Amino acid sequence: MSNATIADKRPSTLRGARLPKWSPYAIAAGSVAVAIGIGLAAGLDSRVQWGLIAGLLYVFGSYAIAARVEGRRQAKDRVATSLVWVAFLLAVVPLVSLVWTTIARGVKVLDVYFLTHSMGVVADSQPGGGIYHAILGSLEQVGLATLIAAPIGVLTAIYLVEYGRGGLARSVTFFVDVMTGIPSIVAGLFILSLMLMFDMQPFGFAGSLALAILMVPVVVRSTEEMLKLVPNELREASLALGVPKWRTILKVVLPTSIGGITTGIMLAIARIAGETAPVLLLVFGSKFINANPFEGAQASLPLYIYQQYGSGETPAYDRAWAASLTLIAFVMILNMVARGIARWKAPKTGR
Amino acid sequence: MDISTQSTQSPLPTPQPPPTEQRRAARGATRPGDRIFLGLSRGSGILLLVIMAAIAVFLTYRAVLAISEDEGNFLTTFEWNTNTVPPVFGIAVLAFGTIVSSIIAMVIAVPIAVAIALFLTHYAPRRLRGPIAYVIDLLAAVPSIVYGLWGAMVLVPHLTGLFGWLDAYLGWTGIFSWEGGAPRSMFTVGILLAIMILPIITNVSREVFRQVPQMHEEAALALGATRWEVIRMAVIPFGRSGVISASMLGLGRALGETMAVATVLSPDFIIHGSLLNPGGGTFAQNIASKFSEATEFGRDALIASGLVLFVITLLVNGAARAIIARRKEYSGANA
Repeated sequence: MSNATIADKRPSTLRGARLPKWSPYAIAAGSVAVAIGIGLAAGLDSRVQWGLIAGLLYVFGSYAIAARVEGRRQAKDRVATSLVWVAFLLAVVPLVSLVWTTIARGVKVLDVYFLTHSMGVVADSQPGGGIYHAILGSLEQVGLATLIAAPIGVLTAIYLVEYGRGGLARSVTFFVDVMTGIPSIVAGLFILSLMLMFDMQPFGFAGSLALAILMVPVVVRSTEEMLKLVPNELREASLALGVPKWRTILKVVLPTSIGGITTGIMLAIARIAGETAPVLLLVFGSKFINANPFEGAQASLPLYIYQQYGSGETPAYDRAWAASLTLIAFVMILNMVARGIARWKAPKTGR
Repeated sequence: MDISTQSTQSPLPTPQPPPTEQRRAARGATRPGDRIFLGLSRGSGILLLVIMAAIAVFLTYRAVLAISEDEGNFLTTFEWNTNTVPPVFGIAVLAFGTIVSSIIAMVIAVPIAVAIALFLTHYAPRRLRGPIAYVIDLLAAVPSIVYGLWGAMVLVPHLTGLFGWLDAYLGWTGIFSWEGGAPRSMFTVGILLAIMILPIITNVSREVFRQVPQMHEEAALALGATRWEVIRMAVIPFGRSGVISASMLGLGRALGETMAVATVLSPDFIIHGSLLNPGGGTFAQNIASKFSEATEFGRDALIASGLVLFVITLLVNGAARAIIARRKEYSGANA
């Protein structure tokens, strides 16, 4: 008890003076008020400038006040805190704007008609038309790419985790890493060089091949991580019972990690579904419904957005936004379902 | 990797260099299923290596076809005329544009991304951390063409004010002088690329900052450090190499970005001293824009420029991975 009273009378030497908890809010309110005052007085019409002035006033104000009351070190800490917050808010602005614009402008023409009709008889300058052909093309190309990439990716990951050591495994690991960074347009150019060699015209499956090249490393990476999470005891128990290694992998390791592997594959699908560049080079785009991915140019959703934007007509812009909204919705739903599966099936590692 | 090492290697006495081939042969002889399965999985691993080799070989082959006909110097020519009778083309403008736009993107994105990563690990209210990280993950999944559309329709009109301001106050430097016109320049591209690579740099940096040993931070706190001092003394030194490699992953993405640049930039085969005047181009953007009217020879020339891009991104990503690999404790899983 007596200690407390002593501490009350004499300022503690262990802890310097502190600004009250509400002081950041007070400084913020003050700097906003001053900024509005300056903005009105100087006749600045841009709200962005008002915001900038308020931000600068806040940073300098809090530094000055804190430096007087609490000392330089505390003041620096406060400045760092406010800068980190500012960086966060700064980053949120474009991202919110992106989502908001896509939704606000996308819903204008997005309806059942838009989803179930092609651009077959509609000029770019006319309203109407839809994205049925593009959705069909996208689904086929992405589906074929997944059929190629998922088995190769999962098998490679199994090789790396269950069998691989030595030079081959090291180089596979390294090149999987390098492949993750291949620009999508380079993958497209690779398939294009093959097509030039055999003198082929654009068709959907060529796009699938390029997309598969982009997808494989993503699948390998995520599957590898999941296989590493499978407890070693499970493998040992199975091997001790005399089960061959390949049956151990198929019946014990894979079922344990299947949730995570599915998640990885779905995230990879979400990633390639939005790729435009290889599709532009290899599939070329079309206004008509072409259900055969092995012959003739096809449309695709991202490519449709690019071409509608490129035509420069107002109705085409509306269609581009609506198609963007569809694409984002597709990718986001895939993402959320994938993460849902991951959470639901996650091996309990106590992290 | 530990797991499999224990399960398969421990029963083996390995006095001499591990006789892997013999071991596999012995196991395969007893169990045909194992041999098939190993063959399949090793085969797909080898297939990946073959694909990488094939990419390099085929791109080089087509590139050589184009460059051997080129009348200009491929590296220093400021033109891209593949249809004229002696074709004259070179990558000087593209290399300049690619590097400049990526540098702008890095200068803007890296500090902000590191700050957001610190925000998520050290500053944000604990309840908000999960949801914010989740939103950033989702934003990493937004397709680049949507960023491109947004950049062209929303960002470009909003930049007129900023460009005017830069021209008025910093125009004397020459870098920021602006002759008016739509703000579809290298600087705009840099800003858009910065927004696009922000999520990936943030995610990787956050993973690194999360692995800072709790003991280091608590030790700093116990010595009376403020939160900023903890970050400067314990978090940043620990995470520096991780942040560098995260930035290089972002750089790799910025270098190869196609659609966002193609929609936002108004391309032109000139190098401007000023970042704000429209013109210039990047490797990927040039391929996408020139492709539809290119002849077969023109396509070979574009493939040649793609090969240069491939080599550059290979070097950047290889360096990033090498930095990550040197830190064994960091898995780099989400990169």
